[in-house]
Amino acid sequence: MAKIQTLAELQSLRDKLVAQRAEGEKTPGSVVIKVAYATCGIAAGAKEVLEHMEQKAKELGVNATFVKTGCMGYCYAEPTLEVLIPGRESVVFGYVDEMRADDILTKYVINNEFVEGIIPVNYETID
Amino acid sequence: MAKYKKHILVCGGSCCKSGNSQQMADTFRSMIFERGLQDEVQVIQTGCFGLCDKGPIVKVMPDNTFYTKVTLNDVSRIMDEHIVGGHKVEDLLFVDPETGNKVENNEKGEFHKKQIRIALRNCGVIDPENINDYIAHDGYIALGDCLTNHTPEEVIEIVSASGLSGRGGAGFPTGKKWASSARAKADQKYVVCNADEGDPGAFMDRSILEGDPHSVLEAMAICGYSIGADKGLIYIRAEYPLAIERLKIAISQAEEMGLLGDNIMGSGFNFHIELRYGAGAFVCGEATALIHSMEGKRGEPTFKPPRTSEKGYNLKPTNVNNVETYANVPAILLKGAEWFSSIGTANSKGTKVFALAGKVNNVGLIEVPMGITLREIIYEIGGGIKDGKKFKAVQTGGPSGGCLTEKHLDIPIDYKSLTQAGSMMGSGGMVIMDESSCMVNIAKFYLDFTVPESCGKCTPCRIGNKRLYEMLDKITKGKATMEDLEHLRNLSVVVKDTALCGLGQSSPNPILSTLDNFWDEYVEHVQDKKCRAGACKDLVRYEINPAICLGCTACARNCPVDAIHGELKKPHTIDQDICIKCGTCYTKCKFNAIRIN
Ligand SMILES: Cc1cc2nc3c(=O)[nH]c(=O)nc-3n(C[C@H](O)[C@H](O)[C@H](O)COP(=O)(O)O)c2cc1C
Repeated sequence: MAKIQTLAELQSLRDKLVAQRAEGEKTPGSVVIKVAYATCGIAAGAKEVLEHMEQKAKELGVNATFVKTGCMGYCYAEPTLEVLIPGRESVVFGYVDEMRADDILTKYVINNEFVEGIIPVNYETID
Repeated sequence: MAKYKKHILVCGGSCCKSGNSQQMADTFRSMIFERGLQDEVQVIQTGCFGLCDKGPIVKVMPDNTFYTKVTLNDVSRIMDEHIVGGHKVEDLLFVDPETGNKVENNEKGEFHKKQIRIALRNCGVIDPENINDYIAHDGYIALGDCLTNHTPEEVIEIVSASGLSGRGGAGFPTGKKWASSARAKADQKYVVCNADEGDPGAFMDRSILEGDPHSVLEAMAICGYSIGADKGLIYIRAEYPLAIERLKIAISQAEEMGLLGDNIMGSGFNFHIELRYGAGAFVCGEATALIHSMEGKRGEPTFKPPRTSEKGYNLKPTNVNNVETYANVPAILLKGAEWFSSIGTANSKGTKVFALAGKVNNVGLIEVPMGITLREIIYEIGGGIKDGKKFKAVQTGGPSGGCLTEKHLDIPIDYKSLTQAGSMMGSGGMVIMDESSCMVNIAKFYLDFTVPESCGKCTPCRIGNKRLYEMLDKITKGKATMEDLEHLRNLSVVVKDTALCGLGQSSPNPILSTLDNFWDEYVEHVQDKKCRAGACKDLVRYEINPAICLGCTACARNCPVDAIHGELKKPHTIDQDICIKCGTCYTKCKFNAIRIN
């Protein structure tokens, strides 16, 4: 990759990336699933859940992009993940095991039904 | 399958549950059924909303209606007026405490958020192994801006004006530290990131490095530019393999894009970052010991002055900051010093990340504005004490900190007030304790940690801490006298005043703060040989209630040390000299005749 030579170049790269992401978030049918993938989340089973879910999504024909993020802060409810779907508010689910992962895909993602384990986001973040 | 038109979210956090939220959810479900709406309306129990004093909470989606203090009697009204009738139930709507207005549509849901994420802004949001994710969140823009539009002096000016102070424990003003390294004249300077994180129970720094490594790298480069250093070192414990891996990935991605390395963004400024591994010794988190450890020497502290900002790594000026301190820096430069200093209290600006642990329902990694109270943290973010038990104490500052109690719940948390109360901010460990914790035992736990962590260089720490531990041990065994308590306090003060480094100077804090706040518990252990929490095994007595005991011999037959005697069909007794307090008799007795004193 070519090195960035100026601040302006970095800014335009940022703008391009932001636009790309916004586009992706609007595309109907796109699903982004962020899994809290820090040491503690992994210890609580995030790895198994992620692998299971990737497989399951394939089987169901759900076009989901899985992203491994860092800690979301909900230690009491690990493994946790966030589901982002165009046109819906993003939702964080906790205590996700393989069964709940299936529910999230079949009920929430496909049918827009809520499933147990929703964690209300309890912080503000800066933009 | 059903596609629901409305979702009723009922808070299933413990506080709301104690307010009958479980029954409410059930009532909603049966009413939905009665009205034949089961294909249109769904009831879901959620985790804690973090608004426990306003609970029980019910939220109706997709209308974003937020009902507070809902009772069982309100369920039918919500059902009929809102779900069926389409009109919100006015008097249950959340009232914004700032404006006093009822909130009809709480789409942003900002009002109930006690947390503000600055240092954790990207944690759990971006993919830490993809630099583009960081760039899409304004990554490296602050660095580019500094290199392009600001002199090093201006950068330090902004950091100083923001009021940012060290998050590693001591709370030293960051801008002042940078200025002192900038002033020092040398052919080589260093920027060091302290990622040793030795406080047991703390994991803020690891979480930041695992979730958002670039923010720390960017801040280190900004620091390098402002003090005139072209080399950065991250001292990280080898026990953090995932953080190390993600840091390595981040460094190589940033170098590849020209955001670290030589001639960053064409500015002529060079900055290279390397990792140095620690073996996980607590004392190596102390800045001078850390530097010696990086130099390949023994991890022992040295006397200050000279400060590391003047003579640090390889005797060159070295700026040492904590991970979380750095993580704040890019945000400050992007949003301005004024924005940052508008958050917090008069003497402590910004936020603090805490690893909230212990006997609260919602243990977690939290970031709160300075000035928040312990009560808000425990009851609104933490969701209250587990199993409905009573709050007893909160420990902050880890082995260097202290225990605060009920009477401190409403003091605003900042560096000064926590120190005045007898604890300290520390690096961010926060352990909540309930009635089942014995405060003498807690002090002993921390000393048990510090004794082997002492590097042994100075006598007060090496020997003093050991003697302090022995005294605590004596107290928890019921063998101490009131005179011992006096010795305990005196020696604590001596160690604090005479130890060489921060480790020994602070290791008696858990003792001193518990002596101050829980004196009666110490006295009980000494005079009554009693541990009210039942945590000190040696003071616990298993006894048989002769009024209940039928003489079935189950306890005697199962006692592993033959401490129980008695005739068949007659009340038995436990020989306290032999009893090892294993509790076997207690579990074997079918008649609840064994009591614990
Ligand atoms: C025994 C002891 C252990 C310490 N451990 C750490 C640590 O793990 N992480 C840290 O950042 N600071 C630690 N410190 C504080 C450092 O000495 C130093 O003050 C800090 O790294 C400076 O960074 P800051 O100004 O950004 O807080 C420790 C201090 C002592 C006395």
